[in-house]
This record gives sequence, C-alpha cells and structure tokens, in this order.
Amino acid sequence: MNFELNEEQQMLADTVERLVRNTYGFEQREAFYQSPQGYSPEFWRQLSELGITSVPIATDYEGFGGTGVENMLVMKELGRGLCLEPYLHSQVYAAGLIQQLGSVEQRQKILPSVASGEQLLAVADEEAGTHFHPEASECTAVPCERGWRLSGHKRVVIGGELAHTILVTARMSDGDGVSLFLLDPAAEGVSRTGYPCIDGPRACDLELSDVYVEADALIGPAGKAGPALAYQRGRALAAQCAEALGSMEEAFRLTLEYLKTRQQFGSPIGRFQALQHRMAEMRGELELARSMTILAACVADDPDSSERSRRLAAAKFVVARASELIAEQSIQLHGGIGMTWEYSLAHHAKRLVMLTHQFGDDDFHLGQYSALLEIPRQASRQVA
Amino acid sequence: MDIHFTPEELAFRSEVRAFLEQNLPADIAEKVRLGRRLSKEDHQRWQKILNKQGWYAVNWPVEYGGTGWSVVQKHIFDEECAAAGAPRLVAFGVNMVAPVIIKFGTQAQKDYYLPRILRSEDWWCQGYSEPGAGSDLASLKTRAERDGDHYVVNGQKTWTTLGQHANRIFCLVRTDPSAKKQEGISFLLIDMDTPGITVRPIITLDGEHEVNEVFFDNVRVPVENLVGEENKGWTCAKYLLTHERTGQAGIGLSKAALAHLKDIAGAETVAGRPLIDDPLFRARIAEVEMRLMAVEMSTLRILAATRDGGVPGAESSLLKIQGSEIRQAISGLMRKALGPNALPFLEPELEPEFDGEPLYRDYSASPASQYFNLRKLSIYGGSNEIQKNIIAKQVLEL
Repeated sequence: MNFELNEEQQMLADTVERLVRNTYGFEQREAFYQSPQGYSPEFWRQLSELGITSVPIATDYEGFGGTGVENMLVMKELGRGLCLEPYLHSQVYAAGLIQQLGSVEQRQKILPSVASGEQLLAVADEEAGTHFHPEASECTAVPCERGWRLSGHKRVVIGGELAHTILVTARMSDGDGVSLFLLDPAAEGVSRTGYPCIDGPRACDLELSDVYVEADALIGPAGKAGPALAYQRGRALAAQCAEALGSMEEAFRLTLEYLKTRQQFGSPIGRFQALQHRMAEMRGELELARSMTILAACVADDPDSSERSRRLAAAKFVVARASELIAEQSIQLHGGIGMTWEYSLAHHAKRLVMLTHQFGDDDFHLGQYSALLEIPRQASRQVA
Repeated sequence: MDIHFTPEELAFRSEVRAFLEQNLPADIAEKVRLGRRLSKEDHQRWQKILNKQGWYAVNWPVEYGGTGWSVVQKHIFDEECAAAGAPRLVAFGVNMVAPVIIKFGTQAQKDYYLPRILRSEDWWCQGYSEPGAGSDLASLKTRAERDGDHYVVNGQKTWTTLGQHANRIFCLVRTDPSAKKQEGISFLLIDMDTPGITVRPIITLDGEHEVNEVFFDNVRVPVENLVGEENKGWTCAKYLLTHERTGQAGIGLSKAALAHLKDIAGAETVAGRPLIDDPLFRARIAEVEMRLMAVEMSTLRILAATRDGGVPGAESSLLKIQGSEIRQAISGLMRKALGPNALPFLEPELEPEFDGEPLYRDYSASPASQYFNLRKLSIYGGSNEIQKNIIAKQVLEL
C-alpha cells in the first residue's frame, strides 16, 4: 500500500498544473468558450508539445504508456481549470477502444497521430434511447459490397465537431450485438449538428443516412464490441472521477475563501455554525471522492473482473454524489454571486453536475453495483 | 501508487486468521454475530486468550508488552477479529487508561497497573461525562480537594459504560475551581470499592444495562493516584481522546455487520421471494457497501500516511462521522430486513446465557434493539456535531 506519487508522476502533475494555471484563467476560458472552435487549439498544441496528449497511449504507438494513475493526474488538473478540450473522450476513451479492439494495422495507422495531438477522435455511442447503455444501440450496419452502410441518429458526441475520426456504435442488421466502426465525418450521408453543452465543451448530433464505410472500418469482431465498450468506459470514468475531483477541489476552495471574507451581521459568514457544519460535510464527501478516485485510477487498467467493475461503479457513484453535493452547496453558500455567469464557481458547479450525465450517473452505477453485489453463500441458503 | 497490501502484510493476515480459527471460542463468536449481549466472563475469557498470545495490548510500546505492530497490521488485526466475530475489546483499561499511564504515569503506577490490565485482573471504567458536562466536557464539576495525603472527591459521573463490572475508574476531577475551565482539571485513578462510591444502573432504550451513574460522596483517594501533574489533567484527556477516536470508523465491524445483513436478507422472504432479490432493498445494501468502500479507502490512506509514526489529525474526525453513520445505516437496514419480525422485544433471547429455542429465528431478536443501541455511535466519543466543529476549526480554519 502506497499512495505517494513517484518523481516522474509528480513532475507530470506539476507540468499540467502549471500549464493550466498559466493559460486557462477564467477569462481566458470564457474567450475559448466564445471562440468559433469552442476550445483553445493553442492549449492543445502546448499539451501536445509537452507530451501530455500522448500520456494514455501505449508506447508501441508513440505514446507515453501511462496508467490510470497518470490519467488521473492529468485529468485532475484539466478539471481544476475547467478545460474545454476533449482530452477524456479522444485520448482516453476513443484511443482506448482502438487500442483494445483495433487490428495492429488500425492501431498503427491511427494511434501515433492521436498521441501527437494531430488527430482528434470522438466516440458516438449514445442515442436517444441508450442512456449509458451503448450495447442498446439501434443504429444499423447493413452489409454491402466491400463494406457496410450505417444509418441512425447519434446523440451528444462530445468533441464530435472537432474529431477527424469518430468511432460509431451500430447493430449489425443480420446479427446480435453491437459493433464499432471508424467513421470519417466528412463522408457522404453524414450530417453533423454542433452545439455547446451547458457545462462548456462542445458536442454534436450525427445523422447517418446510408453512410458507406469500407470493410476495414470495422474495429474488432462484428457484434462483439460490448465488453470492450464496457471496459473502456470503466477506464474513462476513472479518469472522469479525477476531472470531477479537480473541479470539486477548486469549487470547495473558492467557497471556503468566500466564507472567510463575506461579511454579514457583522462577521464573516464562516463563523456561523450552520455553514461550518455544511462545509465539514462537504469536506467529508470530498475526501471520500478523493479516496475513490485513487482507487479507480489504481484498478482502471486491471484485467476485467467483477471486482474491477464493482470498484469502478462504486467510484463513480461516490464521486457523482459528492459532485452534486458540492456543486449545489457551493452555489448555496455563495448566495446570489454563485448564480452568475461571470464567476467561475458557477461554471464548476455546472461541470460537476453535468459530468454525472456521462458514463453513467449515480443511479446507473448503483444499479451496476447492485447487480454485481457479492452475496455470501450462507445468504442464499434458506434458514428453516 | 499501489493499493495492495504487501506480501508480509498478507502473511500476517493469514496468521491472524489462523489464530482466530483455532482460538476464538465458538460460543462467543456466535453471540457476537447474532448481536447478543456479552457477559463479563465472555470478555475476560477472550482477553486472556489474546494476552496469552501476546496480542492483547496491541497499542502499547513493545517494552510494556505491546506487539510492535505497524498501524497497517493493527488495522488488519481489527478487521480479522471483527470478521471472525471476536468481541470488540472493552477499551477503557487496555486502550485508554493504559496509554495515559504509559505516557504520563509514575514508575510505580506503571509497575502496578499495567500488568494487572494485561492479566485482566482489573476492569477499568471511565469517569468523564457528568450530568452537566457532555460535549462540553471541560465544564465538569466533580471536585477533588486536597486533604493531607488524600484527595477528597465529591460529585457525580454518568454514562459510565460497564461500570457495574469495574473495580477501578479513571476520572477527570476539578482540583482548582478558580482556574479557567480546562486548567483546573486533574486525572485521578480511583478504586471502585473505596467507601463513598455508589453505582446506579441506567437502563438504555433497548432495555440493556450497559451504562451507569457513579456517585462520589467524600471519597478519599491517595495522592499517589494522581496521573501527571495536578491541574494538568486536560492534557491527559486530550491525549486519550485522540486514542479513542482513532479506529472509531469501525471498518471491520461494519464489514462484519454487512455480511450479517446479507445473511438476513437472504433468509428473510417477502411475499415468498428472498429479500436479497428485491431490487430496492438490494440497492440499499449496495449503496451502504459502496460508501463503506470509500471510508475504508480513506482509512487506508491515513494508515499509509501515519505508517512511519505520524499522528492522524483531524481526518480522524471525518472518519468518526462517516464510520458511525455507516454502522448506523447498516443497523437500520438490518431492522428493516426483518419487517414485522423486528417487533417482538424478547430480552431473554438477547442475554448471554440464552440457549433455548428462539421464538422466530436466531438472528431476529437483536436487530431492532441493536439499532436503538447504536444511536450512541454518533453521540459518544465527541458527538458527530462536535467532530464537525473540530473540522471547521482545525481543518477549514473557519
């Protein structure tokens, strides 16, 4: 048992922290948000120059070969800065799917340019009726000469507007199970509708009308992408817990500072016990979220098992509950100022709440954990 | 970063488990598992078994008979003991007064009291709380006035846990009424058979005689029973409270209770179906288990941070709150798992000597009474509200 970072990890954390602090002040973020791209290509270039974009990619494909712990360190700082770049969806989730399911050729073709930050990926795995269950995709893949034709409507593809390649889930018209395809968003029959999400980053919907993809666009065996999607969503949610943790730490810090400075009834409002106790409760939940983020990071790359799934579900559950609590209470403790667009706290609150809408919310993971609950043998035996 | 125990720690876990399998009396483990009350003899029998193995005074320095275990080993030991159904050690002697005597006591006090604690010859109880001094402990009023070679003690202590079994009590008493609250307090060791002491039971809401009132009427206590300096007892009290709070998260106890809850939920049926298969109830178990996992991870993080001799700070206040809330939540689910079967109040079935046929099932008599008994968890050892004050002051600096 050891919860210390090694020297290299500490350096990585410091590097990202410094870069975010220097380039991602709240006003700069607002400018990035308002820009046509909706993020900072310059910040992305810096992440790439420092090798940060390569952290989650395996060394065989010109990546840094980081584990869940390295992903945690990066994502925590990106969360603290409320960064808008689709690091999680492109570098962790999409690249992870290609790494796990792709052929050697597919990996060699795609991953090095993802590691370098030149190519952005996105995953289109949600539809109107999926709600965190990508295996329930209703998009169809109809076999045709030398390939497939994809049809359907994909929803809320985070980073989908920017992505050079999108990984699309679809169901084979002649079989069970979900498959994963590489899609060039410029292909004929694809229409993208972009929009900002309420917490800042941009996403898009994808309308696929008989979109032709070639045979080698299929990643992994047909109809068998389900387990890889589940596994990689586990890696992604571990990294996302860290993003939430960074944002929670910042929201908590801002709130604590506010309680020490805001004067009402002739004293700082932090002197009032009702507010002190609420802060203590938030501090407690923050600590649990930190513990579970570390646990998730440590097991994210373990081989698939119920134990791994249980721990990841528990991590997301605890972090999602803590995120909502800290978001809601940070606004409440700030009063009116917490309601304004011009103050970063409000944007942390939005981010914290809306993160629970990706990769499963607390109820989803409560269900996952519940289904995997370990029941001792004795319990299944009826007592006379 | 690595969340795994070392091979040495895993070997230690196996050693503890093997010891418990061979040495923990089955009748005691059964009472603990079913939530029955334990007799003084049950406690002492187990203490002596542990002491024979050299595993009783785990928190003492090695030179006094401690184990020299790391904090991680102690955690593993606690967890295994709880899982096996070992009784929770009555802390007042071995884990409360003994560390104070070791830290602040005279050589004569150490030589006399410590071996008696190890051999279970003394049963200690704690004289801290008073009718007017609960969370605000420093406002205590029990007086000790110097009269030659003696202190003369007058006053009243309350909530004295298992005082009915005790032959000794350690007390916080006011030796300087004119000093500021915390400054006029001393730490005294008192024999319970000294004339002038009266112990009266307080029956708690679950019908149990677990706590008492202790009255002092001109009780003469030799001055050599003072621990540390006169009027410096608050230092001892604070030292002891940090000992008391560490480990209060009760991870092992909650895990054992959760296992028992699953057993009950597997055995109870609702409209012909095992309760454990009811999605809502199952989710409630899942929820508390996930929170327990989070508190356990926090505990392990603190253990790792204090492994090389650090002292857990105000984080232990967070763990006390969260750990007690989880144990209470589990006890609530256990009560709910029984539905109407939780209603009968069958005190004889809870008694240590009960060996008859239960009216319903062996596990059914205790959950409701345990649930009410465990309300104490968020009250004692510094109520959870006091813990929040501590966090606000010491961690958040509000």
